[in-house]
Amino acid sequence: MNATAQTEVIKDSSMLLQKTMIAENYDALTSVQETGKKVSATFVPGNLNELVMCFDMLNNLPEINAINNGMRKKSGMMVMQAEKMGHSEDVCTYVKADIGSMSRGNLAPNGKPMPPPDLLLLSYTGCFTFMKWFELLRHEYGCETAMLHVPYEGDGVVTKNMRDYVVKQIKENLIPTLEKVSGVKFDIDRLRENLRNSARAEDDFVWVLESAKNKPSPIDAYFGGVYYIGPIFTAFRGTEKAVDYYKALRKEIEQRIAEGKGPITPEGDMQDERYRLVVEGPPNWTNFREFWKMFYEDGAVVVASTYTKVGGVYDLGFRHDPDNPIETLADYCLGCYTNRNLSQRVDMLEKYVNEYQADGLLINSIKSCNSFSAGQLLMMQEVEKRTGKPGAFIETDLVDPRYFSAANVKNRLESYFQMIEQKRHGARSAA
Amino acid sequence: MSTAEIIARCQALYDDLDFTSAREWKDADPKRKVIGYMPVYVPREIIHAAGMLPLGILGGGDQMEVIHGDAYYQSYICRIPRSTIELGLTKKLDFVDGMLFPSICDVIRNLSGMWQLMFPDTYVRYFDVPQTYQDHIGGEYYIEELRELIAGLEKLGGVIITDEALRESTAIYNENRRLINEVYDFRAEQPSKAPSVEVYLLMRAGMVLPVEEHNQVLSDYLAAAVLEERPVRDNCKIVINGAFCEQPPLNLIRSIEMAGCYIVDDDYMLINRWLLDDVPLEGDPVANLSAAFLHASADSAAKYCDRAEDVGQYLLSTVKKTGAEGVIFTAPSFCDPALLERPMLADRMDEHDVPYISFKYAENSGQMQPIREQAGTFADSIKLWS
Repeated sequence: MNATAQTEVIKDSSMLLQKTMIAENYDALTSVQETGKKVSATFVPGNLNELVMCFDMLNNLPEINAINNGMRKKSGMMVMQAEKMGHSEDVCTYVKADIGSMSRGNLAPNGKPMPPPDLLLLSYTGCFTFMKWFELLRHEYGCETAMLHVPYEGDGVVTKNMRDYVVKQIKENLIPTLEKVSGVKFDIDRLRENLRNSARAEDDFVWVLESAKNKPSPIDAYFGGVYYIGPIFTAFRGTEKAVDYYKALRKEIEQRIAEGKGPITPEGDMQDERYRLVVEGPPNWTNFREFWKMFYEDGAVVVASTYTKVGGVYDLGFRHDPDNPIETLADYCLGCYTNRNLSQRVDMLEKYVNEYQADGLLINSIKSCNSFSAGQLLMMQEVEKRTGKPGAFIETDLVDPRYFSAANVKNRLESYFQMIEQKRHGARSAA
Repeated sequence: MSTAEIIARCQALYDDLDFTSAREWKDADPKRKVIGYMPVYVPREIIHAAGMLPLGILGGGDQMEVIHGDAYYQSYICRIPRSTIELGLTKKLDFVDGMLFPSICDVIRNLSGMWQLMFPDTYVRYFDVPQTYQDHIGGEYYIEELRELIAGLEKLGGVIITDEALRESTAIYNENRRLINEVYDFRAEQPSKAPSVEVYLLMRAGMVLPVEEHNQVLSDYLAAAVLEERPVRDNCKIVINGAFCEQPPLNLIRSIEMAGCYIVDDDYMLINRWLLDDVPLEGDPVANLSAAFLHASADSAAKYCDRAEDVGQYLLSTVKKTGAEGVIFTAPSFCDPALLERPMLADRMDEHDVPYISFKYAENSGQMQPIREQAGTFADSIKLWS
C-alpha cells in the first residue's frame, strides 16, 4: 500500500512507519528534562541497544544524527563550522557534522535541543575514528565514558581470546557503569527478553534482505535498504516495536513479490529492472534522492549491499541468542561488517554477486571513511576476478556536500550501465 | 669514529630501499627469518627472541616513485600504504618472511588484509593491542595475543621461543631504549651538538640493523657527539607531535631546524621509546611485556586515553621536561589519528600557554619553503613574545 506524502515523494507504509519510530526516539530524547530519563550515546556498529534498554536509558546515535542532518541538507554548514573550530578537512564528516551541530545548538529534527549524554558508550567496533570521536565528545561534555574494545578480526576468525575479552569488558566494566549512571540494577532476564525480540526481528529482516534474490527484486537493498535498517540498527532492536515493524515490512514485500513488483522509489514503483547491482560502501546522504534517481531512472536496482550490514551481519546465520546473553552481545559486535577483515568482506561480496545474480559490483567510496574505503580498489579487483562480473568505482562522501559531484557520478554510472549492456551483448553473440 | 662517519653510515642505510643490510643479515644463515613491522609499536623482543630480525617498514619515503601503489588507493588516503605496497610489488620486500601490522588506524588495519590477499605466502599478523588497561581484562587479552604471536613465529621459524630467550632479548632492548633515551636527553640539553637530522638517521638505522649493532652505533654517536664542537644557534626549542607513522622527508626536518627551531623531542619512531621504563627481567617475560604496555607506555593518538584529564599530559610533560618553548603539530595528510586528536592536544597546550602551530605533510613533500616560513615565523614569535 503506497502513501503519497505532501512533498510528492512516494513511500511505502514501512518507510513512513520507520520514520515515525525514529521521530519518536528523537521526541523521547528531547524530552528528558521532563521525563528524567538518562541518555547513552553509542555507535551503530556495536550498538548494544538490548543492554542499554535494561537500564531504562535512551539510546542516542550520533551517526544517525549526522545522517539526519545530511538528508535535511544541514550538515554542510556543520562540517564547515567544525573545520573553523580546528578540525581537519581530512577527517570523518560524521564527526564534524556532530561537532558542528553541537556548536549550533545541537537541534534534533523536531527543532528541540538534543540532551547532553549521561554516558558515552564507546563501542570501539570496526572503526578507529570512533575512539577519537568519543574522546572529543568527552572533551566537550565532560561526562562518563565507557570503553568497549572489540578486537578486529584480523585473521578472519573470532578467537576465544577475543570473545572472552569483550565479554569481560561488558560484565566488569560496562554493566557496572550502566548501573551507576542509570541507578537501575541489571536484570539479565530483561536482557534475555530483549534478545528474544531481536532474534525475531532479525529473522524477518533477513527474509526481507534475501527477497532481493527474486527477479524482479521487490526491494532496493541500498537506497530502500537504509530505511529497512533504521529500526534494527538504532534504538529499536530488542523492542516489540521492531518485531512488529519487520513483520509489517515482510508482509509488504511479500505483497510486492505476489504482484511481481519492483522496488518502491520516490517516484513510484520501478518498472523495468535492467541492471542488478551489489553495492559496497555507505551512501551519500546530502544528495541521497538525487543519487538514488541515477539508479532507478536507468532501471538499476541494488540487490545486496554491505552498508546494510554495518550495524550487524544477520544474513550469514547470526542471531542474538537469549540463552547466552552476554556472549551473544560480544558475537554481535565482533561480527559487524567493518570489523571483518578484507578477505571476509571480499567473500561476502562475491557471495552476494553470485547468489543475488548481480550484473556487477559498484563501490561507492567515501572520502572521509577509511574504515570502508582503504582497500576497496583491491576488493573490487578481487571480486571481478572471482565472479567475472565488472566492477565500477565512484567517490562521494557521507555528509559533506562539497564532495558530491552529480555530473561525475552520473557519468560514471551511465558508462558502467553501458559496459554491462555490452558484456551482455557480447555474451549473447558468443552463445 | 666521528659523528660524520656514523651518520654517513646511517644515511646510507636510510637511502637503501633494497634493505641490503637486512638481506645480508639473512643470507648469512639459511635458517634466518626477517619480520617486517609497521608503526607504531610491536614487541620486537619477541621477534628477537625467535632469532629473527625485526625490520621497521616506514614506507618508501621521498626517494621512491610510487606507480603500482597508487593503483590501490584513492587520492584521500595517506601515502605510507601506497609506498609500502610499492615496496612489496617491486620485490624490495621479497626477503621478508612476515609482516606485522599494528592497530594504529583503519588504513594500516586494512593494509594487513590487503597484504594477506596480495602476498599469501607471507606470514601476516594484524597486531591488536588492548584499549582497556586493567590487567585482568586487557592484560589477559594482550598476554594471549602475545602468545599467539609467539606461536606464529615459532611455526614460521621452526623454533621454540623460550622464556630465557625472551628475557635476554628484553634485556637487550632495555639497553636499546636506555641508549635512545640518552640520545634524546642529550639532544634536549645540547641541541646544537645533536642536530635532529642526525638523531633521525640514528633512529632509522635502528629500524634495519640488528639491535646489538644499533646499541653500538648509539654508544659511538654519544661518545663522538659530546666531543664535537658545533656552533650554537639562537634557535628556540620545540617538540614535534603527530609524525608517528608516515614519516616526513628529511628535508622537512632539516627545514624546521634551518628556520630557527631546535627539535628537542619528537614522536617519529615511537616504537623506540614506547615502553617508558625497563621491562623487568624476573618472572614471566610475556606478562612483563604486557604490564609494561598497559602501565608504562607512551601516549599516542593511536591509543585510547581512558581519563579525560590525562589527554595531552604526556605531550605537556615532554614539553616541560625538555624545556621546549612550543609545539609543532605535524601530521601527514589524511592521518585520522593525528588529525582527530590534534584539537584536544591543542586545547591542552592553550590551557598551559604553550604556543603551537600545525601543518600537514606527505612522505614525499617537496616544497619546503612554506614549512620554513611557517616554522621561522613561529620561532620568531616565540623569541619575541614568549
